[in-house]
Amino acid sequence: MIKNSDFKICFSVMTILTILVGLFQSWGIALSMLNLCLISAVMAMGVNIQWGFAGLINFGVMGFLAIGGLATVLISVPPVPEAWSAGGIGILISGLFLFSVVFSVLIINKRLPNHNYKNYFIFLIIILSIPLLKFIAGPSISRIESINAATSGFLGGANLPIIFSWFIGAILCALVAFVVGKVCLGLRSDYLAISTLLVSGIIITIVKHEEWLSRGVKNVIGLKRPVPYEVDLQNSEWFIKLVEFLNSSKLSNVLDFEERASLLNQLVISSSGVFVKLCFSLIFLAVVLIILYFSEKALNSPWGRMMRAIRDNEEAAKAMGKNVVKQHLFIFMLGSAIIGFAGAMLVTYDGLFTPSSYQPLRYTFLIWVMVLLGGTGNNYGAILGGFVVWFIWIQSAPFALLVINIFTSHLDETNYIKEHLLNSVPYFRYLMMGLGLLLVMRYRPKGLLPEKIIKN
Amino acid sequence: MDFLNSIILLTNFIIVPGITYGSQLALGAIGVTLIYGVLRFANFAYGDLMAFGTMIVILFTWFLQSKGITFGLLPTALLALPIGILLTIAVSLFFDKTVFEYYRNKKSDPVTFIVVSLGIMFVLNAVVRIIIGPNDINFMDGHKFIMKAREFKQMTGLNEGLALKSTQVITLIATIVTCSVLFYFLNKTKTGKSMRAYSNNEDLALLSGIDPKKIVLLTWIIVSILATVAGTLYGLDKSFKPFTYFNNLLPIFAATIVGGIGNPLGAFYGGFLIAFSEIGLTYAYKKFFKYIMPEGLEPSTLIQFISTDYKFAISFAILIVVLIFRPNGIFKGKVI
Repeated sequence: MIKNSDFKICFSVMTILTILVGLFQSWGIALSMLNLCLISAVMAMGVNIQWGFAGLINFGVMGFLAIGGLATVLISVPPVPEAWSAGGIGILISGLFLFSVVFSVLIINKRLPNHNYKNYFIFLIIILSIPLLKFIAGPSISRIESINAATSGFLGGANLPIIFSWFIGAILCALVAFVVGKVCLGLRSDYLAISTLLVSGIIITIVKHEEWLSRGVKNVIGLKRPVPYEVDLQNSEWFIKLVEFLNSSKLSNVLDFEERASLLNQLVISSSGVFVKLCFSLIFLAVVLIILYFSEKALNSPWGRMMRAIRDNEEAAKAMGKNVVKQHLFIFMLGSAIIGFAGAMLVTYDGLFTPSSYQPLRYTFLIWVMVLLGGTGNNYGAILGGFVVWFIWIQSAPFALLVINIFTSHLDETNYIKEHLLNSVPYFRYLMMGLGLLLVMRYRPKGLLPEKIIKN
Repeated sequence: MDFLNSIILLTNFIIVPGITYGSQLALGAIGVTLIYGVLRFANFAYGDLMAFGTMIVILFTWFLQSKGITFGLLPTALLALPIGILLTIAVSLFFDKTVFEYYRNKKSDPVTFIVVSLGIMFVLNAVVRIIIGPNDINFMDGHKFIMKAREFKQMTGLNEGLALKSTQVITLIATIVTCSVLFYFLNKTKTGKSMRAYSNNEDLALLSGIDPKKIVLLTWIIVSILATVAGTLYGLDKSFKPFTYFNNLLPIFAATIVGGIGNPLGAFYGGFLIAFSEIGLTYAYKKFFKYIMPEGLEPSTLIQFISTDYKFAISFAILIVVLIFRPNGIFKGKVI
């Protein structure tokens, strides 16, 4: 019963917000807001798994989102054969070199007896391998980047349907999270927060500057879509018939044949955009529901109980024979994989990959606000947080505009203060986020939908 | 001659910028480390506190300039600095009273403090952007160069020039003054000692009659001074942009942890370590080797360890190495 009430709150808020925006602004805006809300909800669930279930503080959300985004490029973009023939072998060789370095470091770490010099030796290997790697890969990289620098200049991808990239993105993120987790998870909470933040900074730097891989700051545009394109819809017979059928009353009012045709044409164009967004919404909603189902199952399983036990009292859990280190690593990978999945979804929805747009405020801390506001440790809370926070994030600029206009209505248009305030409208969303977070932390520290544990 | 040229080259491109950037990082890192040592949390709002202080300084600089007041050869911002410091202290104390005090009395865990500092980060971020906008602002006036590269070449007859910007010298002097006063205060005065005692062991400090409220107040005042000074020096040296200040928080954190979190002297060295490795590892040494190597043996490549794009990544990598091998920092942390 308790769970059901959360479920109802969560999805009725979601429906009401969407319908309100649809009625007062437009259905196109409402649907794109809904889509981003759904993607945010997936991200928030990923963070919630790490923070709410296991108490691991991961400020590297931005990095995992970028890896998910990179996966869409690597999977869906058609390969560039000229670039492969120019520098593909060099890249493969340097990949092999990198692999062998990592492998030898691992072997040394495992096989050699513990000695003071061992760490220095490993350190030396890593330091030496960086210039060597540059030496091996450098010429091929510059060859690849010089081929059609304006339009491609990178290796391209695997030319597969973009849906695959969501899963590949998740797997890539899990692998990266494995490495990051091995290094950082032993640290205390605040150290972990700072070091994951810095690791995500490194990831963004790599994605931004390795142009042969991701085109870097030159961005990848025109990615594939899992749903039809507007232009194709406008030319397909069944879609025109559908629009005609849905608007038959409106159309029958217009008697003139030509006028009716042009009205139909307008309707088809406007509804094709809505239809595409609706398709996205359905896919995203399915993703949210599937992840929600599984993480609810996990939360209420013996495994979920164990995770909560570890979170609430690590020492006691250890004494009970639970392998805390292993479980932490596993849940870190799981949460990061979900975040990566969301990152790939986001890039798919946008249709373009822009590495320079990844900023910690928007892609790490905003997601954290969602989780903390919605309810730590409660999946429905994470979804609700995703919706509410994204709604505030989108709507605070129009709201601020309204408030400023009301308060400065006695000032004339050219007043300096009024002009300045109107120009700074977009930044009021940060203010709203900060105040919202501070108020929730003070008066509802467990979030809007607090964690509820079923006791039998 | 070639040897001298090579030394001048390194001085111009590594040592001088390294000292400047290192001082700015060191001042920032000492602030973060003091908050950590006394109030026991990592303050994510610190970068935006720096931006706020600098913003006030800029606004007041503009006010002074509009009144026709300048500081002669020195930048006007130095005249505006006290006002910036005062207002930053006011803001810090305001947030401490309204936000942090509640959690301190409740003895919340460090993560809660981090989260509320995120909230303050958002608020300060918005305030700075609403008041002064997100754009690049250059507020450096007065005499720009103490020595230009060309003048140096004419003076010494060497091939390489050594440029010395006045902001670099100001940064160095300001850092030396601030740090010596701070370390004198912490090590020699009674109040400073009680602050260290409080950081070392809160309960014992309470037992020996140290007033925690006074210590907290003092910490915020010192931290605000450091933040404003560091922010203004950085802004004078490069330029003021709110987003850059937020980004600078990351190397500052790296410097703090590398030096041992909670240890001001460590943070000081950590700042310089981070700055010199960032600059030293991304510099292309081709020209240097050209001077120093015998003829015919000049290198054909750039001799650059890693490209400049990865400047920030270096500090993070250093941090991770330190975290793995010496989690308490190079200098043992957790004591002021």
